[in-house]
Amino acid sequence: MGDLRLMKGNEVIAEAAIRCGCDGYFGYPITPQSEVMETLMLRRPWEETGMVVLQAESEVASINMMFGGASSGKKVMTSSSSPGISLMTEGISYMAGAELPGVIVNVQRGGPGLGTIQPSQADYFQATKGGGHGDYRLIVLAPNSVQEMNDFVDLGFELSFKYRNPALILTDGVIGQMMEKVELSEFKPRLTDKQIEEKYGEWIASGKKPDRERHIKTSLEMVSEVQEKNNERFQAKYRAMEKDEVRFEAIQCDDAEYVIVAYGVSSRISQKAVVLLREQGIKAGLLRPITLFPFPTQKINQLTDKAKGFLSVEMSSGQMIEDVKLAVNGKTKVEHFGRMGGVIATPGEVVDAVKQKLIGG
Amino acid sequence: MDELQLADIIKPENKVYGKSKIMTDTPMHYCYGCSHGVVHKLIAEVIEEMNIQEDTIGIAPVGCSVMMYYYLDIDWLQAPHGRAPAVATGYKRTNPKKYVFTYQGDGDLAAIGTAETMHAVNRGENIVMIFINNAIYGMTGGQMAPTTMIGQSTSTSPHGRDVEVNGYPLKITELIAQLPGSAYVTRQSVHTPATVRKCKKAIRKAFENSAKNIGTSFIEVVSTCNSGWKLDPVESNKWMEENMFPFYPLGDIKDSVHDDVEKYSVQKNKK
Amino acid sequence: MAKVRGAVVVENEVCKGCNLCVVACPQDVLSLNKEVNSKGYHYSYMMNPEACTGCTNCAMVCPDNCITVYRVKQANVA
Repeated sequence: MGDLRLMKGNEVIAEAAIRCGCDGYFGYPITPQSEVMETLMLRRPWEETGMVVLQAESEVASINMMFGGASSGKKVMTSSSSPGISLMTEGISYMAGAELPGVIVNVQRGGPGLGTIQPSQADYFQATKGGGHGDYRLIVLAPNSVQEMNDFVDLGFELSFKYRNPALILTDGVIGQMMEKVELSEFKPRLTDKQIEEKYGEWIASGKKPDRERHIKTSLEMVSEVQEKNNERFQAKYRAMEKDEVRFEAIQCDDAEYVIVAYGVSSRISQKAVVLLREQGIKAGLLRPITLFPFPTQKINQLTDKAKGFLSVEMSSGQMIEDVKLAVNGKTKVEHFGRMGGVIATPGEVVDAVKQKLIGG
Repeated sequence: MDELQLADIIKPENKVYGKSKIMTDTPMHYCYGCSHGVVHKLIAEVIEEMNIQEDTIGIAPVGCSVMMYYYLDIDWLQAPHGRAPAVATGYKRTNPKKYVFTYQGDGDLAAIGTAETMHAVNRGENIVMIFINNAIYGMTGGQMAPTTMIGQSTSTSPHGRDVEVNGYPLKITELIAQLPGSAYVTRQSVHTPATVRKCKKAIRKAFENSAKNIGTSFIEVVSTCNSGWKLDPVESNKWMEENMFPFYPLGDIKDSVHDDVEKYSVQKNKK
Repeated sequence: MAKVRGAVVVENEVCKGCNLCVVACPQDVLSLNKEVNSKGYHYSYMMNPEACTGCTNCAMVCPDNCITVYRVKQANVA
């Protein structure tokens, strides 16, 4: 069993990075996630595991430093919050186009623009529909506890290397800032250069060897037919993720007539709402997507056999609801409830929304 | 006297100069007379002579040299526009034993990538940065660059660069030399046999520096863009000598290691 | 007295006829051909081969790496 601690979500991201054998973290301060880099700098992992930690001049630089490290097969990551992620989308698109792995953490705050430093979930579209230019997707993991902040760093690396595609941990200011009990992972040593060469030698740019062609990590292809083939390959990866990597948690969904769909902090609030609704004799359930891309479309569709209505609870004007609607595919009612601008909904508000929008409406 | 026939001269044992083994056989896409080809070959020769092909990573920019990876037989990364120094930083920090160089034009390095350029050098990244300054955007069709000369016409300054509107040509290399993180800063050209030879020496020195961990080595190559300038290659060289060299004078600007960092440090536990 | 003789070989199909080698040659050995290669370029060639000393200046400035230079020291036979 790993070490049991009481820690902040953001601190745990840092600790998990060190423990899972991360090779490099590149970041830029932004509220509400600055503790990630602060924790790393205090911990000095370069002395312990050899992990590089560098404060970049901007989020633009951070993500491109990741591009550099990832090209050599190193496990590299960054973290930021919404406005910073917007700056990174250029580099993320290039990484997806060059098929490079890496983990990006978005501790969401409210927008648009500078918005607010309070928590939000308004970056769902940006996270799950690509975010930057071009047809690409990220593997998107949505933790709802400090424990999952720990677990998903390693999982994010595993999936991003498996598919050679960036993975995004989409969390929010509540999960990032809150303290909770966490069982930290066991230490995994960083891979040596030799091990990296053995594992990823066929694609990494580690220096041209006499026995192979040179490796070029680029997102550019001037021949349209070849670039179409590249895009087909990317799409095949996304389809494979949809087939094999969907993760969700279904709470009291088996007999649920009213299903709340919520991720991250909203799922915690909604879980309490389900308890309150059940106390009132209303058969409510919670479907919590753990992967936002790939989205648990099939599972939600199955629930339409019994469910009379779905409520997408998000701290946004309603973004995930579009994916819920696609999953429900017109079979039954889908409504949205959310607060914006950094306001956190209460379980009571969610209960009222279920009653008014699904049962009463 | 017996006259030698050409066939007697053209024999492998008499070869004194030829294409570097690091250069691929792919014909370069550059316009005729473009300086890029010369600088590419010098980098290739240095890599060959230092025997560091397996340890060298090139970072290609966005611009005419975006497809530079077709021409040098080494592993490459191709960075987003202006971000090559950040990409190089990420690579070098996680692979400190490699030789990492960026190759960037004036738009890439001195406009969109100014922040990445200044900060990579200011951190003293142990990389080589090669900066092709031809005072114009070549790839996109001859638009005004940060380094475009006053009065120079381009497709976005068709009546000549006007200081009132566009400000001044940017001497970014002089700025780079001011940063404590730069170890070697020089401005070269490749328009004559002598300057080509000199430029190669500078590139060799820069690569050697990067193994010494003494900071960033930065080489500006004042170059021509005859297509963008609407001159033939020979006229371009003349135009460059007459118009660019007075403002961008050739020669070493800095050749030293870090300043004494102690003098900038905060006083710890001062009593 | 030994005399240095040189020769250059231009890869005709790679040469773009930029004329930089012609200008760089101190012995006026090179010129652009009236013929064109398959891409339509007037490639460089030795118009004056006897004058070549194999100094490599042409190859130095060649942007397309298409000049190979050879040199021999010819003993004076007199």
